[in-house]
This record gives sequence, structure tokens and C-alpha cells, in this order.
Amino acid sequence: MSDLSRRRLIKAGLVAAAGVSGVGLAGRIAQRYGLIPPDHGGIYGLGETLTYASQRLLTRHSLAREFSASQISKRPFANIVAPPSDAFLRLQAGGFADWRLSVNGMVARPSTFSLAQLKSYPTRSQITELQCEEGWSYIAEWIGVPLSHVLEAVGVQPQARYVVYFSIDRDWWDSIDMADALHPQTLLAYGMNGNELPVGNGGPLRIRLPRQLGYKSVKYIAGLTVTDSLKGFGRGLGSAAPESGYAWYAGI
Amino acid sequence: MATLGHVQVPTGDQVPSSAFVVPATTVTSRHSAFVRVTHWVITLCFFALLVTGLEIVISHPRFYWGEAGNVFTTPLFKLPIPASRETVPTGYGYVLPDQNGWSRYLHFQAAWLAVFTGLVFTISSLFTGHLRKNLLPRKGDLSWRSFSTAIAGHLRFQRRSETEAWSYSVLQRLTYLFVIFVLFPLVIWTGLAMSPAFVSAVPAAVTVFGGQQSARTIHFFVSLALVLFLIVHVVMVCVAGFKSRMLAMITGRAGTHTERT
Repeated sequence: MSDLSRRRLIKAGLVAAAGVSGVGLAGRIAQRYGLIPPDHGGIYGLGETLTYASQRLLTRHSLAREFSASQISKRPFANIVAPPSDAFLRLQAGGFADWRLSVNGMVARPSTFSLAQLKSYPTRSQITELQCEEGWSYIAEWIGVPLSHVLEAVGVQPQARYVVYFSIDRDWWDSIDMADALHPQTLLAYGMNGNELPVGNGGPLRIRLPRQLGYKSVKYIAGLTVTDSLKGFGRGLGSAAPESGYAWYAGI
Repeated sequence: MATLGHVQVPTGDQVPSSAFVVPATTVTSRHSAFVRVTHWVITLCFFALLVTGLEIVISHPRFYWGEAGNVFTTPLFKLPIPASRETVPTGYGYVLPDQNGWSRYLHFQAAWLAVFTGLVFTISSLFTGHLRKNLLPRKGDLSWRSFSTAIAGHLRFQRRSETEAWSYSVLQRLTYLFVIFVLFPLVIWTGLAMSPAFVSAVPAAVTVFGGQQSARTIHFFVSLALVLFLIVHVVMVCVAGFKSRMLAMITGRAGTHTERT
């Protein structure tokens, strides 16, 4: 082996070692600052982690665009969801008077809220766009209580890292990190365009995350669980979405 | 001087520009290593982005202008293809299978790799002089006369002389510059403009296009332009000699003296 190729080999080895330890160090730092998504495993894990980490760093406090009343879509499109269960139909027949939102997990005071209670809390109204991952979108006024207010009411423990939310159909669930959970535009929405939130659009209660695509805004919210780990939920990927092949983080 | 038919094939001492510094014993490199590696990585990424982009488009093959658009909105145009969602009226009696989950994962993974590769290419091009020597038009290239000569030669499918074939013509230079520094940045930008999180931090990224749906439509047309470039690029490679051009971009070797380049 010539001196030149030996030198090149040593150099390449050093660069590779530096690269591997660099990636390892970056991984540990990213983990510490909550920049690793729960679906970081598998062949798409690196791209997904880069997307989540970079967007989380860039958008921790940024506000989703809000629009003027004249830009509200004349007919908001409601995507098809599974036919409502008997339990849902019974609650609907009763005008959702018996609809309950239960909040548990890492909270000081596990609680259950009626819609009337949620409506008695400070209201936030915002005109934002709902963007579907398929490509379509609509603009609507969403009226609800900021999720942060409900979390404040139940007293979130400091080690909490995620809020898991469940539809009345428990198979439909998702989760967000605390940056999104405490974000001022994250709503538990019960109204739309000045009226009650239509069932097609998620009424009586839908979580609204205007900085993520529509599928994160789960309809018919009936339960919240505050947690420091997503391991115990489903297959531990953070939501039902990755279990059917979709990314947990949907900021893009 | 080796000859093949009427074409004169250059040997070491007649190769222009940077080839002069290469020792006569080694075969001259037509494309440097970083150009070859970035070229094929970008090719791989482009195919991944194209296939997954098509998969995502078929879930809603309608395009709009402005901020918002859905099936209740008049589209700018519709693609005459079936959709992978039953909510989209396409006129077809069937629905294609949903491939959006992995398509979206792979689309962004390939986009990240393409962006990093593009950065490596741009920085290396600046530092090695590739940009200045091989991509920026040469002195006098931009005169009307040399421009019209190049276009006329292309239209007549005139094969360029061997010496000329060792560097890019003014049309190639301008096309590559346009693809690398206009179309690629624009397709990345319009892609980011569709991200509700990204535009929450940088609203101007989408408002300059007049809205999120406009950005999506432009993203589609820029992708079409890139496909058009790819087709012309591959046709020109075939015209110039598929085997030798491919060898040049894979091994870096050119002028093997057995084939017209």
C-alpha cells in the first residue's frame, strides 16, 4: 500500500468516525430538546426526524396565518368519516347535552367537562385554513376554548411531554407535543362560522391545530390524556396515523 | 490523434481547459467525482419525488388558484385521471388505492436528501470553479451571433465537434443554470409554501404566490418543467452517444477512443 492511499484511508476513517459520533451526539441533543418524533424508526425515520426537528425549532411560537371574514370559504368541505356509532347517535339525539370530555394522565386534578362548561371558559375565535394532506383546503372561523386553558384548569405536571387525544371512537386517536398543546391557536372547537360546529366538520367537539394538516385535527373529541411517553399508546408511534402509514407530525 | 470515421477523437494533448493538468498516463476525467455523485443522487431523489408526487396528486387531481380550494370550488383545471379518493368527482366509476402515507414519508425524505446534495453541489461548484468554468456562459457566448449559431446547430441536429464536446455549449450552460438555480429552488420553495407550519414562521413564503393553492399549482407546473428537462436531457444523451455519455457520468472517463463521444 502506498503512502498516499494509506494516508487517504486514515483520513477517510477519521472522517467516518467523526461523522458517526457527530450523528450520535446530535441524536442525544435532539432527544433532550424533544426533537425526535415518535415514528422516528424505520426507513423514513431520518427524513421524518429532520422535518419535525427543523419545523419545531423554526415554529415553536409562530402563529398560523389568520384570514379576513371575506376569505371564509362559502361551503366548507367535510371529508367522509366512518358512520357514527350508536353511542354518538344517542348523544346527538340529546343535543349533545351529555357529551363529556374526560381529562386524565399527568394532571393534578383529573376532570370531566360538559360542553356547557367548556363554553363557559374564555372563547377564542380564529379564521384559519384547514389543509388536507390530499391537497384541498377551506377557510373557516373556528370558535372554541384554547386547549391550554383546559390544561391549566386540570394542572399539568411539569414532566408532561405530550397530550394524547381520543375521538369518541377510541380507535381514532392522535397526540401532540406540549409546544402544540400549549400553543394559543390550538383549540377545542365547538363552533364554526358563528354557529355550532356541524357534525360533518367534527361537531360537537373537534381539536383544531391550524399549523398541522387536517388529519391531526381529530373530530368528536371525548378524551385527553397527558403523558411523558407515548410508548403505552397503541403501537407507541404517537397516533393511529402512523399505524396506517401516515406521519405523526403533519406540519407539512 | 485517433480517428474513427470522419470524427477526430482527441487524445490527451488536445483536450482543452482543465485536462491540461492531468498527467498523460491517466485517462482524462470528463466529470469530476462530486459532479458524478451528486448527479446520480439527485437523479434517484428526483425519481422518488416524481413517483410519490404523482401518488399524492391523484388523491386530489384538481388545481386551484388563490388561497383555498376544494371540490366545492371551481378549479383552475382538472387532470383527466381517476382519483384515489371517492370524494373527488372525476367521472370515473372507480377509485384508485390510497398510497399517500408512504408517498408523503418518501417525498419529504427524498426532498431532504436532494436539498443536502444540492448544497454540496453548489458549494463544491463554487470552490472548484465548476460553476465558473463549466456552467456560466463563456465570454462572447451571450452575443446574439454565437447564440443564434448554437440554436441553428441544434435545430439541424448538428453533431458538435469533438473538441467542443468536451465542454458545454451556451444552450446547455443556460439550461443547466436555469434548472439548478431557478427550477430546483422554486420547486422547494413552492413545496414549503404548502406547509402550514413553515408558513406560520415565514408567511411571505406563501403570500408572494397569492395563496397556498397557487403554490400547489406552481409546484405542479415546475415539476412538469423538470420532467420536460429530463426528457430532453436523456434524448440529447442518446443523440450524443448513450454509452459514452453514461460512462463519462458514471466512471468519469471519456474519450475511450473506441466510440464517438
